[in-house]
This record gives sequence, C-alpha cells and structure tokens, in this order.
Amino acid sequence: MTVLDTRPEIQSGDFGGREVVNDFSIVIATVNGSGSQTANTTLIRAIFKMGIPVNGKNIFPSNISGLPTWYTIRVNKDGYTARRETTEILVAFNPQTAEADLESLNEGGACFYPEDQVFQNKRPDVVYYPLPVKQMVKESGADVKLRDYVANMVYVGALMELLQVNPEKIKGALVKHFNGKMKPVELNFGVVSKSAEWVRANLTKQDPYRVEAMNATDGKIMIEGNTAAGLGAIFGGVGVVAWYPITPSTSLVDAINDYLPELRTDPETGKLTCAVVQAEDELAAIGIVLGAGWGGTRAMTATSGPGISLMTEFTGLGYFAEVPGVIWDIMRMGPSTGLPTRVAQGDVMKAYYLGHGDTKNICLLPGNMAECFEFGTTAFDLAERLQTPVFVLSDLDLGMNYWMTEPFNYPEKPLDRGKVLSETDLAKLGTFARYEDVDGDGIGYRTIPGNKHPAAAYFTRGTGHNPQAGYSERPDDWEDNLHRLARKHDTARTIVPKPVIQKRDGAKVGVIAYGSVDPSIMEAGDILARDNNLPTDYMRLRALPLGQEVSQFIAEHERVYVVELNYDGQMHKLLQLHTPEYATRLRSIAHCDGLPLTARFVCDAILSRENS
Amino acid sequence: MTTAVRESPGGNAKLNLIGLDKSDYKGRPSTLCSGCGHDSISSQIIAVSWELSLKPHQVIKTSGIGCSSKSPAYFLNRSHGFNTLHGRMPSVTTGAMLANRDLLAIGVSGDGDTGSIGLGQFKHLIRRNVPMVYIIENNGVYGLTKGQFSATADKGQKLKYAGINELPPIDLALEALIAGAGFVARSFAGDAKQVRELLKAAMSYHGTAVLDIISPCVTFNNHEESTKSYAHGKAHEERLHDISFVEKQEEIVIDYEPGTVRTVKMHNGPTIQLRKLHNDYDPTSRATATSLLEDAQTNQEFITGLIYINESRPTLPELLHIVDTPLANLTDESLRPSAENLAKIMADFD
Repeated sequence: MTVLDTRPEIQSGDFGGREVVNDFSIVIATVNGSGSQTANTTLIRAIFKMGIPVNGKNIFPSNISGLPTWYTIRVNKDGYTARRETTEILVAFNPQTAEADLESLNEGGACFYPEDQVFQNKRPDVVYYPLPVKQMVKESGADVKLRDYVANMVYVGALMELLQVNPEKIKGALVKHFNGKMKPVELNFGVVSKSAEWVRANLTKQDPYRVEAMNATDGKIMIEGNTAAGLGAIFGGVGVVAWYPITPSTSLVDAINDYLPELRTDPETGKLTCAVVQAEDELAAIGIVLGAGWGGTRAMTATSGPGISLMTEFTGLGYFAEVPGVIWDIMRMGPSTGLPTRVAQGDVMKAYYLGHGDTKNICLLPGNMAECFEFGTTAFDLAERLQTPVFVLSDLDLGMNYWMTEPFNYPEKPLDRGKVLSETDLAKLGTFARYEDVDGDGIGYRTIPGNKHPAAAYFTRGTGHNPQAGYSERPDDWEDNLHRLARKHDTARTIVPKPVIQKRDGAKVGVIAYGSVDPSIMEAGDILARDNNLPTDYMRLRALPLGQEVSQFIAEHERVYVVELNYDGQMHKLLQLHTPEYATRLRSIAHCDGLPLTARFVCDAILSRENS
Repeated sequence: MTTAVRESPGGNAKLNLIGLDKSDYKGRPSTLCSGCGHDSISSQIIAVSWELSLKPHQVIKTSGIGCSSKSPAYFLNRSHGFNTLHGRMPSVTTGAMLANRDLLAIGVSGDGDTGSIGLGQFKHLIRRNVPMVYIIENNGVYGLTKGQFSATADKGQKLKYAGINELPPIDLALEALIAGAGFVARSFAGDAKQVRELLKAAMSYHGTAVLDIISPCVTFNNHEESTKSYAHGKAHEERLHDISFVEKQEEIVIDYEPGTVRTVKMHNGPTIQLRKLHNDYDPTSRATATSLLEDAQTNQEFITGLIYINESRPTLPELLHIVDTPLANLTDESLRPSAENLAKIMADFD
C-alpha cells in the first residue's frame, strides 16, 4: 500500500482538540542551491490546487549556493495572503540559522527538523518533529548529485502527512514541475511517500494545524509577475527587446524568449516578428530601445535600480526629443548595489524625475498579476500616444514570487500607435511641423523613417528645437517647448491608469499605497475596522503623474497615511508636492528592511500615529 | 540594405535615375568653421547619394555629439535624422535598423565620440555586424569643447591649451578590424575622390562598413606639427591603390594594364576596382591588414584606401532570425497573438 491508498484518521495529540484549519504560516529555512525551490513550489501548488488561498515568498540570498534562504507560505481561508512576522510551522533545515529560526515560531507551533540537528535552546512551548533525513535519502537510492534535492522531499512528505495536504495534489505539482518527466517525479514522490509513511508510523501529531479542501481558487491560476509581464509585452505587440541581465528582472526577458517561438513566429517564413538583443550594458539597451521606437516599432527593456541609474541620460533624450520606449523596472533594494534579492519601492522618485533638467516621466505601478499582464500593453499604448519613455515600476516580490490570479483577459482594444502621419496624411496636409501643438494636448505628430513623402523627414535631437524640429537656441522657442511638454504631462494625468479606491462607511482616515504591498494593506484595513474601530479608505495608486482623483481623495480625509517600502517616503513626498495645501495631512509610513510588508506592521504603525 | 537605382550613362546630367537633382540631397547650411574637413565629407555624401540615385526616404542618418555629429543636419534633408548622445550613436542606430532593416543607415561620429566614450558601443555594434555606414570624422581633437586631445592624437602632439599629449593613440581602424569589421577603410577629407569611392562601396556593403576619415580641425588642430592637419595629410598620404566603385550594370570603361588591378566582387553585384600604386595590396587578408595598420602606427605613416573587406559574416537581423518585413510595418495581427493563444497559455498555469 502506498500513502495514496490510505488516508488515516488524524491522531489527536496534546492540543486540547482545538483545530486550526486553513489559517497559518509555514516558514521553510534551507540552504540556497539545495533545490528547496522545487520542494517549496510543490507545496504551495498543492495547497492552491486544494482550493485554498495561499501565497509564498522566497527570501533568498544574492548568491548561487550555500547561504541561508527562507520560503514563507501563508495559508488563509479568507484570502489574506500577506506575509506575517511569526509563523506556526517551521521547517528548520539550515543548521546555520536554526536557533534564530526557532525564535520566530509562535507558541504552540511545530518545528520540523533533521533528527541529527541539535538546538541549544530547545523551547518547551513548541512541538518538535525530528525527521530521519539522512537515512531516507540513503534509502531512496538517489544519485549523489541529487541527494540535497531529495532531502527536501523529506520535509514535503512530513508536512503532507501532518498538515493533511492531499497527496494527489503533491504528485500533480511534481508532474507539473518536471514537465511530465516521470523519472524525477517518481524519485521525488517516492521520498515524499516514504517520509509520510515514516511520520505516520513514528510521530504523533501534537499541533492543531491542518489544511482542508475548499473551492476558493476555482478557475484561478498561479503565476510569477515577471512571466505575466513578459506575456503582457508579447500580447502588447512588442517588436524589439534590448536588455542586460540583472536580478530580479532577467526572468521577464527569459519569459519573452520562452514564448516568442510559440506566439510570434510568422507562419509563412518561420521567422520571428520580434527581435531580442542582449546588449553590452544598460546604456546600449536603452539606446536600442529608443532607436527602435523612433524607427516605428514597440521597443522595451527590463532592468532594476542600478540599470535605471545608467539609463538616466537616454531617458532625458527620450523625454525631450519625444521618442517612445518602455522600461520595466523590477525594483529591488537600493541605494547602490544594495540588496539585490530583496524587495523595495525605492526607485519611484528617481524614475519619475529621471533625467537632468526638468524631466518628468510616466510611471505605471502594477499591484498584482493581472496588472503586470495588462500594463504590458498599456505601457506601449501610452509610450506611443504620449511619445515618451514609460516606466513600469514592478518589484521583486511581484516579479519573482507566485501569486494567485484570475486568468488574464485578452486585450481587445486595438493597439494605440499614437499620432503618426502616413504618406497619405502628408499628401493632404502638404507639410507638417514635428513639435507643433496642433490639437492642444501638447502632443505633436510624428512620421516614421521610411515614409516616402518628401516632407516626411525631420531631425530628432536633444538640443533646443523649434516646432519644425530645427535647431534653435532662441529663448522663446525654448520656453514654448517646455510649456508644451508641461501640457503633454497634464494630458498624461488624464489618460494613465486611475487609482483604485476602497471605501468604508464613516472613514475619516485614508491610506494610500501602491504595488506589491496591497495584500498587507487590505488585511490591515479589515483588522483596523473590525478590531480597533478605525475604518479607513484605501487608495491604491496605479500610475504617475498624479491626477485629480488623488487630490480629491486627500481632500476628503483628515489624515492620510502613505505606506511604502522605501526609506524616505518617496511617494509621500510626491503626494505632498501634488497637493501642497494638504501637505500636513499626509503622513509617511515608510518601511525598508527588505522583507515584504505585513498587516501587523501596517496596523501598528497607523495605530501608534493615531493614538499619539 | 537596398541601395540605388543605377545611374545610366547619358540622359540629363542634372537629374539622377529617380529624377532628383543634387539639391534634393542637400541639408541645411553648415554652421561649422569655414574650411572644416567635416564639410568636405558632407559634400561627398551628397554627391555620392545623388550619383547612386539613393531614395532619400530609405536613408537615415544618425550621429553622436560633437562637431562631426552636427554634420548630418548639413546633408540629406529629405532623410530622417537622429542626433543622439555622446558615444551612443551605435545603440540607437542598431535599434533603428531592427525597426526597419530596409533602410540604409549612415552614422557619423568623431574620434572622441567613438574613441573614448563610445568605444564600447562601437566594438559591440561591429561585433553584431549591424548593417550601416559608420563614418569617423577624425581630427585628433575635441573641437566643440574647444581643444582637448582625443584618444587618436599621436604621441608628442601639441595643442594650444592642452599642452603635449603623452599617451599613445588608439587606432580606430585597427580597433574596428579587431572587433570583427568586414569593411575597414581609412581616408582623408582632402582626398575627395577616394572618399567618394569608399562611400559608394560602404553604402553597398552587407554589414558594418567603417570609414576612418582624417578630417582636419582648422580651428584647433591644423597647425604645422599636427599629424591631422591638411598640410600633413597632403604631404604624407600614401594611397594603397586607386579605387573605383563599379555599379552592377556599369560597363568598365577604363582599361587597365593586366596585373595592375585587383577586383573585389561585392555581395549584391557591384565591384570595387583597386589599381595598385606601389605594392600589390590584398585587402581580403585580415592578417595583412592588421600588420599594415600596426606598422603604420609604429612608423607614423598615413596609409589610406580600402584596408580590409570581407562579406562573409551574417548581419544582425539575419542572426536574430527576424522577418524580412520591417518590424515597423507589421500590422496588429502579426504583432498581437490571438485570444486562443492566451487561453492555451492560461491553461498551463492553472
């Protein structure tokens, strides 16, 4: 008999019969490079396929192999999937960090560990599940090279047994991970089953935690933000991708490369309708993007903070010469090289103002998987409509972790290629002036190289120019141009994605946030309303420049807390600049330790400020 | 890249094969110093474009920043131009060529723009074999910022305010060769005919064609001791050969003595005739080209002509396996996969 055939009764242990179902966290502490990613994704996938809301966060080092790594899984029947500071289940498989990890376990929690690991301070208020890892790995007959990998399957089996995770879902997750290759599936699942059997025979469950199938994830998918973004760009009609590898944006371009053959091969010639160039550095990457955008195709790059710094000069050129391009910034912790594998929202002010002189750039702020996909198109539409570089400020948490989402909606709206004059248009007009504000929205008309009409050509330059794109140092030409660019920026305010607002009755306090912190804000809002008699309204920003809706929201609240993952409260400052008359209403809650935000932190921060 | 409709002998000498006059190929009036070498090169670009009956709308001109980079405004008004950033013309041109591989790109740069800040992008553009004509207008000096040495300045050179250059020069033709360029030429703004023939060959070349043209700066580096002055060039230029570019359909009118002409056939039809002047120089040997340039540097010789030519490497669009239709001309249908495609992919993530 295998573990699939038997479904035993749970042994009731010393927890007074109280069960905690579908509401706990698991922290898995391992050594990076040991293959624990496979084990962890298998677990989270299996729980997701049981219909239970779940999210996992990979806290990994900037290293290839040997340093500590943690995977935190939040299981929650009500859909609260933000990270928590403490945990109910600990898998302590890294001797280097085991002592410290034990301290993060809640009272009454459970610690799974290799039986030969010794704890100096063995807490009496938690339960211990020692596992014969070495023995099971040996018995598995796995090749020496695979031993670390299968060792992780021992904790998968133990968790599966004691938390009552459905073994079929575990196996299904392995099949998916190994793309249907049954040999590694059988090897890994073999260890999982053996471990589960051993646990059943040798351990008594003494903790109250388990999962139980629901249907809260029906129809949903699990995907990483960078994959969503890559797909979004392809469905957004990308023509040229120029990039340089950097953590954590590389997987976005990997996704594009993976899907191009399937999605963008011309059926007649078998050739691709999109070019991907790995450039020699980020300067070349953004240069290729702008050259391609100028040349009439949708071009993008993907990078992180250090790359953004390198792209400053070109961004200014794109802004001032008015050339479209899309830059995905998967934000990580800065300043400088910072923490390459930790989340932050620290490029907001920089991206918005990137470029010497008075430069202001369009920034999109996706907050979930659907927006990572959708903004793949939106960014291009805006770049070509506004004839300017557009930044999409995603982050490491969105980009590199698995999030649940509804399947993406197909983008039905035709691609917006913006104000482009064809040969036919020019034949009617006779002439055109590249930087003339014909329509009053600050946006001129452009022609694309290759346009046959004799009047089509114009000279693109970062130096001062008149409406005809002629070189000019005249003070009036200069100022008129700046005024027009300001008008264009005001036009942008009205067409970028609007904020999403959640209202509660009687709320006098507002919360403003953006990006990946959304789950923690939503959970905190519910806790504050339910437990602290503090209803709040929540505005989630989705783009810069800020618009009239933002001013209105701030005006309607006595105090507004701006919650973000950076040190200086960058969005808080931008909001103050946007509504200087309400500057003192805006209070900054800026948190910056590299870890994803928790609802507890948000609640405590708001309450302490409200009570002072 | 597609080039010209052929020029037929006879007919109206003022209009070329597509009915355009030389003025159709001109640009704005130059604001460079009177006598500047760059203006001479611009004139040759105009002359050659007219001669080859290039369609202006199929040409783009790009540049970096500097005096030479201003010059694209002074030729081909009817072609789109992009004056980019210092040292960054290669990346922008690469992007433009990917957007529309049917265009002929003429990129103008200077010795500072290419030899210092732009050296990295220069090398990688060549490595990728981006199809374009890459012109370095080389005067050994930073003119627009008023007289600093550039990286191509010979050792011992003197400038009024900058003093004496103690550093050895970078040879951009040699750098191009080492980077894998399949067309490397050196010339002199004072040798108009040679510049024209080399430009014609470069415009027909399938890949990155690099022309390092010594282009004297009359304001900052044209004095007697300068190795980049008109006087020095005129006195010391050693042509490897007399070059004639022969379009596909043209009859070879000039009779050369047998054994004195080397013919290089180009990939899409034209030929380059190289009539030897002293030694028989083989421009298809990379080893020969390398030692020629290294010796020239050691001996401070000013060798001009077609130094190296080889059309065997694929160009970037070919390497990337992209469609022949310019990406900029693709319709929504080709650019955006179907709803069925999306549904299928979504199923993979459930």
